[in-house]
Amino acid sequence: MKLKRVRAIAHKEFLHVLRDWRSLGIGIAIPVLMLFLFGYALTLDVDRVPLVVWDQSATPQSRTLVDAFKASRYFTMLPAVSDYREVERSIASRRAEIALVIPVDFAGKVAAGRAVAVQAILDGSDSNVASFALGYAEAVVGGYSQQVTVAAASRLGLPVSGALLKVEPRVWFNTDMESRNYIFPGLIAIVMMVIAALLTSLTFAREWEVGTMEQLIATPVTGGELILGKLIPYFAIGMFDLVLSVLVAEFVFHIPMRGELWLVFASSSIFMVGALSLGMLISIVTKSQFLASQIALVATMLPAFLLSGFVFPIANMPYPIQVFTHIVTARYFVVLLRGIYLKGLGLGHLYGETLFLAGFAVLILALSHLKFKKKIV
Amino acid sequence: MPEPQPQAAATAPPLPPAVVLRELTRRFGDFTAVNRVSLEVTRGEIFGFLGPNGAGKSTTIRMLCGILPPTSGSGSVAGFDIASQSEQIKKQIGYMSQKFSLYEDLTVEENIDFYSGIYRIPGAKKRERKEWVIEMAGLADRRGARTATLSGGWKQRLALGCAILHEPPIVFLDEPTSGVDPVSRRSFWELIYRLAGAGVTIFVTTHYLEEAECCDRLGFIFGGELIALGSPAELKKGFPGEIVALECERPFEVLKRVEALPGVRQATLFGAGLHLTVDRAETLIPALREALPDLEVHLERIAPSLEDLFVSFMEARTG
Repeated sequence: MKLKRVRAIAHKEFLHVLRDWRSLGIGIAIPVLMLFLFGYALTLDVDRVPLVVWDQSATPQSRTLVDAFKASRYFTMLPAVSDYREVERSIASRRAEIALVIPVDFAGKVAAGRAVAVQAILDGSDSNVASFALGYAEAVVGGYSQQVTVAAASRLGLPVSGALLKVEPRVWFNTDMESRNYIFPGLIAIVMMVIAALLTSLTFAREWEVGTMEQLIATPVTGGELILGKLIPYFAIGMFDLVLSVLVAEFVFHIPMRGELWLVFASSSIFMVGALSLGMLISIVTKSQFLASQIALVATMLPAFLLSGFVFPIANMPYPIQVFTHIVTARYFVVLLRGIYLKGLGLGHLYGETLFLAGFAVLILALSHLKFKKKIV
Repeated sequence: MPEPQPQAAATAPPLPPAVVLRELTRRFGDFTAVNRVSLEVTRGEIFGFLGPNGAGKSTTIRMLCGILPPTSGSGSVAGFDIASQSEQIKKQIGYMSQKFSLYEDLTVEENIDFYSGIYRIPGAKKRERKEWVIEMAGLADRRGARTATLSGGWKQRLALGCAILHEPPIVFLDEPTSGVDPVSRRSFWELIYRLAGAGVTIFVTTHYLEEAECCDRLGFIFGGELIALGSPAELKKGFPGEIVALECERPFEVLKRVEALPGVRQATLFGAGLHLTVDRAETLIPALREALPDLEVHLERIAPSLEDLFVSFMEARTG
């Protein structure tokens, strides 16, 4: 391994990137686009569910219930309707996700202290939103019901407090349960994985296609020098993307950073080497830019997106797929970044993941070195 | 083309021959690209490897550069075995592949700097060599230009410069002048003579016969087999028969008439006339005049050219 050659290769590769807008685009524009797009669009929080109410009772009692819905941040109230057909239309046209029908005898039964049913009609075509909306509606109605019970009991002079069971929640790490806080650190991992592999998947294949590789392999340069030299500029781009991601997380999405920043950079460096080497290995084996970029995309994007636990919880997957996720490197990086960002964990808790990433990087680098031959066939 | 210059004084005797091929063979599946080729190239020689496209020239040169393993047979370059010591060979040679393998998005200087780094040329020497290449390639005004904007001739000279930055004793050039204009080709050959004059061994492939005339020795390869080997003069001397040049109007029509004449072994269109391969020119010239009384023809016995030679070789092979 001669430093002079590594430096010459790294320098040349830097120039390629600087002069090729496609590489620059893949390296910088796409990550930024992904961060913003996913940062804004990808939220698992269901709130401001459009709600339509048909209040058949139209009494002070029913209006108190409707007001309780209005006050909830989980619902957006649509103009009231006055017959069943309109309810149907609102749901069918997807203007409303949930409709509430308060019966005519609502006020009477409430006043009499008798059970009364309030009908909730939900659009089940989006089961996720429907189940969240139902949960919210039950909570609002439950709150109202409790108010009424307490009021009635106190009017009668009965003790009520002991009869009620209540959960006192205390959420750790992501106290507001903002899904973005949970998603964003994972998103950084996905972006880094995809970009890194895509960038390097072109390098060796391009030289084979253009014919410069034939010239290079007839010189004393070694495979190790080529691999390292080509790694350096893309590693720098990856780190630049990381800085951008951290800044966007901090200043645009206000993701809390509870851990140590250096740990983010240290673990990312290890992860980057693995991801970059994977792209390089694909490039070395395929010798075709088109094939290499397609394979890199499929081999990184799909598993990183679906099987890393970034959005879809691994625990809910069928067992064979769960086993498979153990070889998805992004999985470990997602855990690492989330641990550092949200839980403020240190190496003491994360060394397992870090070691895995380091092992992966070494393995892929070794494979690349093994697969690169200074021969034409 | 410039006249061939006298061969450079032979280098110190203990040095092994620059290039040795022994029954060298390369197959790709069922196809035999190079079939048992044996030859030797001495130090300081300009050796031309001649043959039509697909004859096995590039395959041979790639094996010699250590980037393609041979199927059987052996070879050595600068005394190193091409199969087992290819990395040592790569330190001794300069190789210019068929496409000018420069980085098109890099400037002239950046390409030179890159190869300087690859060959680990030390600092002071590096500047000197860079200036030498720029001067040699005539690129002084274009040192900052992107390589993609250079014309073919410039690219070719720059590629040669990059391949010999480290002053290798043996240089392999694979069709260096294909697709380059005649003026650039001429100046490229002047560069080759300069190198050979400095004692560098040149192994060059070409399919241009006028370039072959400039070589000290030639190997003619056809269908993967070496079918002739020697200096241009030796090869011509070994030509079977004699050549009669026939100048006339509408040579194509005349071709059919003379082909059938006894004593004419072969007739081919050559420039504006015909070249006839005959047993004895002395007796055939009067016979031709008799046979073509209606035509005004000019007949002359000439020395065979390399083209005559290779046409006859190829006809003999293909039937």
